[in-house]
Amino acid sequence: MLELSNLAVNYGSITALHDVSLTVEKGTIVTLIGANGAGKSTTLRTVSGLLKIQRGSIRYEAEEISNLAPHRIVERGISQVPEGRMIFANLTVRENLLMGAYLRKDRNKLASDFDFVFEIFPRLKERSRQVAGTLSGGEQQMLAISRALMSKPRCLMLDEPSLGIAPILVKTIFQKIVEINRSLGITVLLVEQNANLALEVSHYGYVLETGRIILHDRSSALRANERVKSAYLGGR
Amino acid sequence: MDDKRFLGYPPLRMTSTEFLQQLINGLSLGAFYALIALGYTMVYGVLRFINFAHGDVFMIGAFCGYYLSPRLLPHFTGWMTPLGPISVLVLTMLICAVLGIAIEKIAYRPLRSRPKLTVLITAIGVSLFLEYGGQFVFGADPKSFPELMPDRALEGTGALTITTTQLAAFIVTISLLVALTFIVKRTRLGMAMRALSNNATAAALMGVNIDTVVSFTFGLGSALAGAGGILFALSYPSIDPLMGLLPGIKAFVAAVLGGIGNIPGAAVGGIVLGVVETFVGGSAFSTYRDAIAFALLIIILLFRPTGIFGRAQIEKV
Repeated sequence: MLELSNLAVNYGSITALHDVSLTVEKGTIVTLIGANGAGKSTTLRTVSGLLKIQRGSIRYEAEEISNLAPHRIVERGISQVPEGRMIFANLTVRENLLMGAYLRKDRNKLASDFDFVFEIFPRLKERSRQVAGTLSGGEQQMLAISRALMSKPRCLMLDEPSLGIAPILVKTIFQKIVEINRSLGITVLLVEQNANLALEVSHYGYVLETGRIILHDRSSALRANERVKSAYLGGR
Repeated sequence: MDDKRFLGYPPLRMTSTEFLQQLINGLSLGAFYALIALGYTMVYGVLRFINFAHGDVFMIGAFCGYYLSPRLLPHFTGWMTPLGPISVLVLTMLICAVLGIAIEKIAYRPLRSRPKLTVLITAIGVSLFLEYGGQFVFGADPKSFPELMPDRALEGTGALTITTTQLAAFIVTISLLVALTFIVKRTRLGMAMRALSNNATAAALMGVNIDTVVSFTFGLGSALAGAGGILFALSYPSIDPLMGLLPGIKAFVAAVLGGIGNIPGAAVGGIVLGVVETFVGGSAFSTYRDAIAFALLIIILLFRPTGIFGRAQIEKV
């Protein structure tokens, strides 16, 4: 469904991605793990069209989408939940969700989509008239995911959804990610520093190190891999 | 007791009528500042940069009125007479909107990813271009602005003088502020504008076409400045290509006063500045009238740099 081949990306004068190739099969959860600064976020930002590609290509549903403007990417059904959530703090929860549906043509169906995301995250319903900046970190993450869902994506990219969130809520959020994938059939590309959790919920995993994919396998296999264990899973 | 002097000036004395009169004059001056300040603040909101050519769009607005009035007004007679000034106003706003959009497209957009200072210097260049281009095209001599409507004092206001021009300016300003509030609060593009000013990256990830929203913002701000130009010229009917300079800078002060990037703040900042200036102008300190705006700017920057309504923004690197 989503295919990155030999991707090279510069971040200013620094080469952030050297050679990244990965494939996300339709309907699966694929995770990209790696240390801080390995290029995980850069990969997602590049797919979303926020960064220019130096070399290589990105194909989505058999079409070339390299270097398209960000709004063109959303139009095609790829939506991103950015690192640090990036909710619109001055807008209400409801307005944030409306922004998620910004490109939707079928605006008459929005009411049922509101109900739908409120069903996944009931907490948001209670707070729908509240200014989003007043939400807790976990609630903001729920809002960021719901906002991304409002565009009716077929592929959802999540950047560090566990970052800065209370441990109990992290579990809830990951359960919801699995639910979104299973019941809605939305393909998920998950970037996560918490490799344990990421490999638990995903089908397939890629390990990124200083801008290169050094390893990829089925998630269950990666969890058993000695190298992954020692470097990312806190084992020895 | 009359000897109590402040820095050698006689004490400030005012009857309640004088006070009200000054307040009315101040509000109507403040309305112009508010209309221009809104453009500064909206552009700052989405692009984080001060469009120093904005005051000159205000000047172009006045000149649009000057050239359009004799061509449009004769077509509206009888009961249609009031539509004449309205059509001048609307057409002026349209022309200024197009001008603002063009300035952004030609001068600022190619520099979007460059350091803010580059764009700022370019804005000063655009400002000079409009001022001296204006002198070249319209001539440097002041022109007297045509009467768009009979200017007389309203009756039944007692000792107070309220002119029809003041009333019209007041009504137009209020209508424009209401319309702007509606656009920003209730429309899809208005919401995108707010989202973009909140977090540009996130707005792009929602599918917002940044260029469209920026153009829209420049159009909106410039239309308001154009309307401000017409209203200003009605009250001070001598116009010249450099007329935008001082009101432009003062409106910028008004925007900072209200909290740059904050839309209601710009309106309030404009009104406050207009009222303060008028009261100073009517006092023994009248010679300091123009200095007061800059004194206010210094005070605000020293004690409350985020303005009346502004909140500190965290700069992310």
